[in-house]
Amino acid sequence: MSRTTAESRDSKVESGRARHAQRTARAPVYRPSDFLWRRDADRCALCKRCVQQCGFDALTWENAPVPDPEKCVGCHRCEAFCPQRAITIEPNPQYLRPHPLWTESHRKNLWVQAETGGVLLTGMGNDLPYPIIWDHLLLDACQVTNPSIDPLREPMELRTYLGSRPDQIELAVGAEGPELATELPPNLELAVPVVFAAMSYGSISLNAQKAIAMAATELGTYWNTGEGGLHEDLRPYAHRAFVQCASGRFGVTADYLNSGAAIEIKIGQGAKPGIGGHLPGEKVSAEVSETRMIPIGSDALSPAPQHDIYSIEDLRQLIYALKEATNYEKPVSVKIAAVHNVGAIASGIVRAGADIVYLDGFRGGTGAAPTVIRDHLGIPIEIALAVVDQQLREEGIRNQASLIAAGGIRSSADAAKAIALGADAVALGTGALLALGCTLCQKCYTGRCSWGITSQDPALTRRLDPYLGSRRLINLVSAWAAELEEILGAMGVNAVESLRGSRERLRAVGLDRTTMDIMGVKPAGVGA
Amino acid sequence: MRIDARDMHYRELNERIREAVASGETSFELVNVNGQRYIGDGLRGEIEIAIAGVPGNDLGAFMDGPTIRVRGNAQDGVANTMNAGRIIVEGHAGDVLGYGMRGGELFVRGRVGYRVGIHMKAYRDKRPVIVAGGTAGDFLSEYMAGGLLIVLGLDRRPGEPVVGEWCATGMHGGELYLRGEVEPWRVASQFAGVRLAEEAELGAIRPHVEAFCAAFGLGSEEIMGGPFLRIAPTSHRPYGAKYAA
Repeated sequence: MSRTTAESRDSKVESGRARHAQRTARAPVYRPSDFLWRRDADRCALCKRCVQQCGFDALTWENAPVPDPEKCVGCHRCEAFCPQRAITIEPNPQYLRPHPLWTESHRKNLWVQAETGGVLLTGMGNDLPYPIIWDHLLLDACQVTNPSIDPLREPMELRTYLGSRPDQIELAVGAEGPELATELPPNLELAVPVVFAAMSYGSISLNAQKAIAMAATELGTYWNTGEGGLHEDLRPYAHRAFVQCASGRFGVTADYLNSGAAIEIKIGQGAKPGIGGHLPGEKVSAEVSETRMIPIGSDALSPAPQHDIYSIEDLRQLIYALKEATNYEKPVSVKIAAVHNVGAIASGIVRAGADIVYLDGFRGGTGAAPTVIRDHLGIPIEIALAVVDQQLREEGIRNQASLIAAGGIRSSADAAKAIALGADAVALGTGALLALGCTLCQKCYTGRCSWGITSQDPALTRRLDPYLGSRRLINLVSAWAAELEEILGAMGVNAVESLRGSRERLRAVGLDRTTMDIMGVKPAGVGA
Repeated sequence: MRIDARDMHYRELNERIREAVASGETSFELVNVNGQRYIGDGLRGEIEIAIAGVPGNDLGAFMDGPTIRVRGNAQDGVANTMNAGRIIVEGHAGDVLGYGMRGGELFVRGRVGYRVGIHMKAYRDKRPVIVAGGTAGDFLSEYMAGGLLIVLGLDRRPGEPVVGEWCATGMHGGELYLRGEVEPWRVASQFAGVRLAEEAELGAIRPHVEAFCAAFGLGSEEIMGGPFLRIAPTSHRPYGAKYAA
């Protein structure tokens, strides 16, 4: 054993005692850490990089890195940046006695609340093992009698339009043949049926938002400002943005509304249905304050309801206030969380004049939400989407609005299944952050993201290069686009339009009869 | 430019205003206005609009600069998310006035309804001001984050309160001045404190009260005689302690 290592062991014991004293003063109960941080002392070059990389102060330097396992969130930043591959982070095997009812996470959460008396916060999407319906749906494919299409040599159409379509169109005879006589409502053209989900500057860093905005622009799709205003640096990408108007009205001006491609009224979010937003004052830096147009360090509270919307009629009033403010040139989207009565709610939204309905399922991510809300409110996007599409069709108003499905879209397969259930496009939030380096540690609400994605601390945010980030996002969406072409070809259709709402091309495995009926999906084994 | 709004849909009325503004018109006189919504919505620049009649909801929403004077009552949602400009209402006005308002002034000579000044905010040189001559309903200054809200309580019936219930709930910025007495239970004490306004504070609101009085030809001396109560948030982080670390 080298001398340095021996010394560090001693100092580790010392600092360990100090920490133990703090811990016992704070908590008279035993709460094992979630993770163990291990260092291979033989490999370690004592370069300090791990200590520099940790955004959570879980590592200190006392001749060698000394971990405080209680602070480690398992984001693996130090591990990824260790040039010697000397670090391992693993789940703490020091299990409490297993109990099927009082799981370890229930016990740990309860102890934290007994200590603090506070509402537990979390980030990203629901992490409880509810059934994942995507994994019980399979897509059809062509064999013999209905030939497939080879996407390698046949043109495949992924282009999608979002917005309202007229009930009928009229043609007139023009000088050079028939001409469209009906004035079409404004529509967005998407090169791929994938948009980026609403993530505000404030909840994510400007570099992260810039990476997404750049990628959306290059991909020919759209990004979404979330309720955080539009930063001056992102003006060049505004023509590819949904600009959000929510209950806090942060950064909402006539200029802002007119700068975007579409306007989105945010009523709810899948991760926190019925709950408002709350950007803590710590994350309202000078730049965030400028974009949101509020004082530095003040809490940015988005009240739970919009206090001017208590009915479909009130929603209609805001939709048309926004259309008037933008001369009817922009489609208006209404974003809601998927909840029990989502079919009737979506119908009301369409009848209120929305051009796009954005449905966010209960697995949707968030920068910060009470854990109890994230984990227990809402319904799955798969069911919500099927129900909304069906109800709008039955009422004969499906053409009046497009549907965006979000909240747990993990792959091109999920996207294809969502389209078959009735989505015009899917939105990518968590997936986009994963592409930027996120490891799903769920600590976004602390503002200490070691990967610079959900922090506002310049020392952390500069770790994310917007250009490189945008390349990764472009790669991801391009890969999904290529896979969607493969899927369409195998199904014997050559356009996303031909798959949309085509539930006959889906079969269920392991879903109960009632769920299948609600979703309008047949069990595997039943033919056409 | 004079527009007779009789039997005209709001969409046509507002389109005519927008088109005229685009071709350089800066002064409008709208007559026979009867419930048309969104007048002045999203308009920018130095424009004057005089309205005879009762404009509909969302008068001056997202407005950024123009001046509107209503010779009559106004309905709900006046000055919704307004950024700059001035709206003067000679009669009463309805609910949800000045929602998310960031700048400019709203003067209402008479009473105002429920939910006035929700989430008003201030930013740099922008500080929205609402002055109501009469009384205000429930949820006044709810979630208020900045700006100045003054309720003068003029022309009250005997025993009529200046403000309804749940005043200042969630308030975390800005200032509210009420002229007259208020029972403590009307104000959400966990968010805001109530006390008599001090001399310096009265000096600070005087120009706004004078501007209000000038707009309606009222004398300001008796009104400034008060008494004025000042209601302001006790914390800029009202929910800071709600969450586990």
